[in-house]
Amino acid sequence: MKILVCVSKTPDTTAKIAFTDGNTKFDEAGVQWIINPYDEWYSLVRAIELKEANPAATIHLVTVGNADAEPIIRKALALGGDEAIRVNTDSSDAYYIAAQIAEVAKQGGYDLVFTGKETIDYNGSSIGGMIAELIDAPYISLATKFDLNGTTATVVREIEGGEETAEVALPLVVSCQKGVAEQRIPNMRGIMAARTKPLKVVEPAAVDALTTVVGFELPPAKAGVKLVAPDNVEELVRLLHEEAKAI
Amino acid sequence: MSVLIFIDQTEGHVKKSSLEAITYGADLAKQLGTTAEGIVLGTVTEDLSALGKYGVTKIHQVANETLNHLDAQLYASVISEAAAASGANVIVFSHNQTGKAVAARVAAKLKAGLVAGACALPDTSNGFVVKKTVFSGKAFANISIQSSVKVISLNPNSYKTVATEGTAAVADFAATVGQPRVKVTAVNKITGEVPLTEADIVVSGGRGLKGPENWGILLDLAKELGAATACSRPVGDAHWRPHHEHVGQTGVQVAPNLYIAIGISGAIQHLAGVNRSKVIVVINKDPEAPFFKAADYGIVGDAFEVVPQLTAAIHKLKAGA
Ligand SMILES: Cc1cc2nc3c(=O)[nH]c(=O)nc-3n(C[C@H](O)[C@H](O)[C@H](O)COP(=O)(O)OP(=O)(O)OC[C@H]3O[C@@H](n4cnc5c(N)ncnc54)[C@H](O)[C@@H]3O)c2cc1C
Repeated sequence: MKILVCVSKTPDTTAKIAFTDGNTKFDEAGVQWIINPYDEWYSLVRAIELKEANPAATIHLVTVGNADAEPIIRKALALGGDEAIRVNTDSSDAYYIAAQIAEVAKQGGYDLVFTGKETIDYNGSSIGGMIAELIDAPYISLATKFDLNGTTATVVREIEGGEETAEVALPLVVSCQKGVAEQRIPNMRGIMAARTKPLKVVEPAAVDALTTVVGFELPPAKAGVKLVAPDNVEELVRLLHEEAKAI
Repeated sequence: MSVLIFIDQTEGHVKKSSLEAITYGADLAKQLGTTAEGIVLGTVTEDLSALGKYGVTKIHQVANETLNHLDAQLYASVISEAAAASGANVIVFSHNQTGKAVAARVAAKLKAGLVAGACALPDTSNGFVVKKTVFSGKAFANISIQSSVKVISLNPNSYKTVATEGTAAVADFAATVGQPRVKVTAVNKITGEVPLTEADIVVSGGRGLKGPENWGILLDLAKELGAATACSRPVGDAHWRPHHEHVGQTGVQVAPNLYIAIGISGAIQHLAGVNRSKVIVVINKDPEAPFFKAADYGIVGDAFEVVPQLTAAIHKLKAGA
């Protein structure tokens, strides 16, 4: 049983969102980097749990990024996983990134590929589906529960206004979200062990990027709050009805 | 050349988010001087020709029961086949649960550049540049697609549906439907509730409500407004409310017309999931709560007093209207 967990480096959730170079680049000054929460809390932890239940399983982590992604991948290795692969390139194009991971997946012959439901910076929710297409595997997105029985997975996924349960034979690609696992904190032993776990750097496959970021914009600032006295809710209702036309 | 819109249905009915995608696709087709066509998978009970009023002229239907459940791989193969048949150079999805699973597969299959989570029509004056939300709604990125075929998934609640006149020609599309590899064994829909991501109005509660036993006042308000209910992360974590109601950076991202936050402080991670709402109302007893900075209207007061009064006042307005 071989599991591949995709890990992405994202700005911390409290990072100030600002841009430089004429609004073409994210301003990294003072930004703390974290493992994308969906990758860390759900897909990685679920993979670790599967290995705990089946010690013969191996977990590989993969990230597509420059050398500055290495502290993040070491942090992930401190939680668990046997080794990591970094594809040495940086891109914002989902297809380019997914094609790199698909290449790693093909070579490693994994039974299971986990991604987070999205990254908290680009919010594309696209990498898992693209990998699945490129390696010709089924794809379950937005999983809230994942169980494995031999080579058949039982997955609960979010649908509009509810959830559904599906059964799928491995190999399989799954995007994970809340419910799949519970966040873990790395312990000292994990942090020490992570230092010596193999981190392989591979050069990217030749793939065309299909999109590029032209620039960024910040939303217009709010005009400021209109406060209504707590004993005058009728006035709030009037404003919402007549001014905002929201009710 | 055409714009092909994937029309998502559930239990035979076209989803609201798909009506937005149709309107968007039709407006885009007009901008490009071409026609908008739709594709519907699975068996539907609704009269599809009526979707013509949102601007789509032709609808390809694959009324195969196998497609009543989502298998992203099958969906992607059928949609790609339809795209080739109709010579589509842009394929539009809603960035809803189905779209998130399928648009990426179609894009990879066709080697088409994807903008996932678009919030406006493309700028085609110089290339093909699509605006999308990034950093969980804290910013926008303009993304240029270079490939000849392009895929866009549209954020729900970010494009207004416009119904005019017109009927669409509906025709069966003879696609190759393979064997599904995903077998759906149970569907569990929360009935009688407005789906959170589709809702026009969302009423949301935080730790300020003190405990699950106090949610009645919030549910009454939601009912009066026909609103969906949501909550902050600690409320979901403590199981005061089901976890699918948790909104924010690590929960559901919503963009309703009206978001009413009750007893929520407005932490940056919470705001990230709700700041695309058109109008935000905050009810909080602490005048320093950060949420007021992101709000359009606010009441500094005790939720337990204010909310029942608000429900009553809205009831009065609705009764009078
Ligand atoms: C990585 C990360 C990701 C996160 N993701 C999310 C996320 O996705 N969504 C999310 O919501 N949070 C998220 N959080 C948590 C977030 O930082 C806040 O802790 C959380 O949003 C606070 O929830 P709250 O507003 O309900 O509670 P509190 O911050 O405790 O606020 C309660 C509010 O209720 C008010 N109040 C109390 N009593 C009353 C009363 N009687 N009447 C009116 N008002 C009253 C108080 O003044 C206070 O403002 C995340 C945190 C981290 C670190």
